[in-house]
Amino acid sequence: MDLSSISPVLLIASLMISATPILLAAIGEMVVEKSGVLNLGVEGMMITGAVVGFVAAINSGSPGLGFVAAALAGAALSLSFALLTQVLLSNQVATGLGLTLAGLGLSSLIGKPYEGMKAASLPKLDIPLLGDLPVVGRMLFSHDIMVYFSLLLVLAVWAFLKYTRAGLILRAVGESAESAHALGYKVVQVRVAAIMFGGACAGLGGAYLSLVRVPQWTEGMTAGAGWIALAIVVFASWRAGRVLIGAYLFGGISVLQLNLQAAGMTWGVQYLSMSPYLVTILVLVFISSNRSRMSHDAPANLGQTFHATR
Amino acid sequence: MIRLEKRPQPSRIWTTITPLLAVLLTMLFGGIMFGLIGTPPLETIRTIFWDPLFHPQFAGFSRPQLLVKAGPLILIAIGLSIGFRAGIWNIGAEGQYIIGAICGAAAGLALYPMDSALILPLMILCGALGGWAWAMIPALLKVRFGTNEILVSLMLVYVAENILASVSSGLLRNPEGMGFPGSRNLSQWSSSQNLELVPNTGMHLGVVAAFIAVIAAYVLLTRHIEGFNIRLSGAAPRAARFAGVSPARTILFCLGLAGALAGAAGLFEVTGPAGQISIDFGSGYGFTAIIVAFLGRLHPVGILLAGLLMALTYIGGELAQLMLNVPAASIQLFQGMLLFFLLGVDVLTNYRVRIARREVA
Repeated sequence: MDLSSISPVLLIASLMISATPILLAAIGEMVVEKSGVLNLGVEGMMITGAVVGFVAAINSGSPGLGFVAAALAGAALSLSFALLTQVLLSNQVATGLGLTLAGLGLSSLIGKPYEGMKAASLPKLDIPLLGDLPVVGRMLFSHDIMVYFSLLLVLAVWAFLKYTRAGLILRAVGESAESAHALGYKVVQVRVAAIMFGGACAGLGGAYLSLVRVPQWTEGMTAGAGWIALAIVVFASWRAGRVLIGAYLFGGISVLQLNLQAAGMTWGVQYLSMSPYLVTILVLVFISSNRSRMSHDAPANLGQTFHATR
Repeated sequence: MIRLEKRPQPSRIWTTITPLLAVLLTMLFGGIMFGLIGTPPLETIRTIFWDPLFHPQFAGFSRPQLLVKAGPLILIAIGLSIGFRAGIWNIGAEGQYIIGAICGAAAGLALYPMDSALILPLMILCGALGGWAWAMIPALLKVRFGTNEILVSLMLVYVAENILASVSSGLLRNPEGMGFPGSRNLSQWSSSQNLELVPNTGMHLGVVAAFIAVIAAYVLLTRHIEGFNIRLSGAAPRAARFAGVSPARTILFCLGLAGALAGAAGLFEVTGPAGQISIDFGSGYGFTAIIVAFLGRLHPVGILLAGLLMALTYIGGELAQLMLNVPAASIQLFQGMLLFFLLGVDVLTNYRVRIARREVA
């Protein structure tokens, strides 16, 4: 094994690439959970976004259109979740699971003819001046536009929740739907909007996997990334800034294990591949061990069905 | 203006009707889906739901497959449903199924080529214990640290799949297999084989175990204090705690039971229909069993019927693949749709639909 072949500069650069899909999905899911809805279908929406984005990019030749299509597909799929949980008042956990199962089936149905093809990828934005800096330039300033978009999105979500009236209403709906309803806010409408935002973000994250990170379509390619995104929201205790830290942490772990595999660590490739999942569990345990803080941070109405009686 | 009014308690009639309604809706929309992908809708639906049982040519072969597929689904779903009743969301049954199969197979292979009638029972025990131990990880973490069992149990599925890939090309690889991944064939070794008990019925030990599990779960849930405590914990957690039901005990019991049943299902599969531990051993039964549990209304008898129906869609799906070139993934989508429609029409069980004019405040 040759550890010196792992270059820290490339490691951090590829960390940002590998963290972006999880970051996009996680920031979307965080908004959904802030509105009091637990959507466990992230994995299903992500993989649908991955396949739709890929197919759209191949047929149109434009990765940009691929991302738009993926966001629309994710939002459309999440609309079915919204319909079931908000209008037909079904159990959110069960419906989310159903969304994941249906999304996995739908994606492999759509993607079958496109296996093994290659789509045009996003160009790297070599930002002038900054991109020419010696070490930092390659590390931080020579990525594609989606990496910076995801960072901007985190900032926007943070500002939206903290400083805008609409953000305050969204949080109120998540903390106490009854009170928000009594004040005259449309709980169901707010939640449906949040769910669709989450779906669009998950779709974008999936498309980033199939168009940039991998980049091709294989069945089941998200391999639990959607579930890791859900775990990151818990890890981040529902705060935008910490979602960023969490996603980059996991990006780092998965890049590091890939680098170790590539550096010729021959024993137990499987043990390296399982490390992101094990680390997720460890982090969840660490975060949840402080129980009083945990229950303080979670939106008070998370996962509860709201039915307006008056 | 359509208004929903909560029923004081779930309607008994609708509880029975909604699964049937969901199946009909799935057939309708599934037919549209098949039409869209270019296969004849009516013929596909008939191939999935009718031909496996009654087709003069194929029924003889596919009918026994019904029990072979339904066995593990029912066994796993029974375990899951008891947890779901208590509000404990174990969605990692696939991992428990894989680890159970690995542990049971390892116990048997350690004794190869000994000849004894005790080997299979030992393997079943080890399989159940393996699944139990794998489920104890989320259970203990939830009890001790309050960690979310949904995420932990699901993460462990990916860990289990990696372990499966590792052992099938390493520890448990067949030494006489010329370097190919995969263990010795357990269904060809007289001490470990789990064969059909009655020829041409598909009835193997796992199916018997599934039937026993259905009866035991029925007794547990309707006639035993533990079952009452479980239902109470799910319906009213605070009331359960005041009544002295320990949440920790319920979590350990529900997850442990589900894990043991899933592990046993894995072992029955590896010694029977699958035959060996191989990389593609995990076939998604653990996830489909979630649909089975809900479709069966978390009720043992319902799960029995739902398991048979879901097995039918598997076999019919394979048949439709063969005869009409329907893609395999469309069956998976079909099953997902079934769960979706079920959850959607479930509103009729818990709510009354009232048509009323909007009142002016």
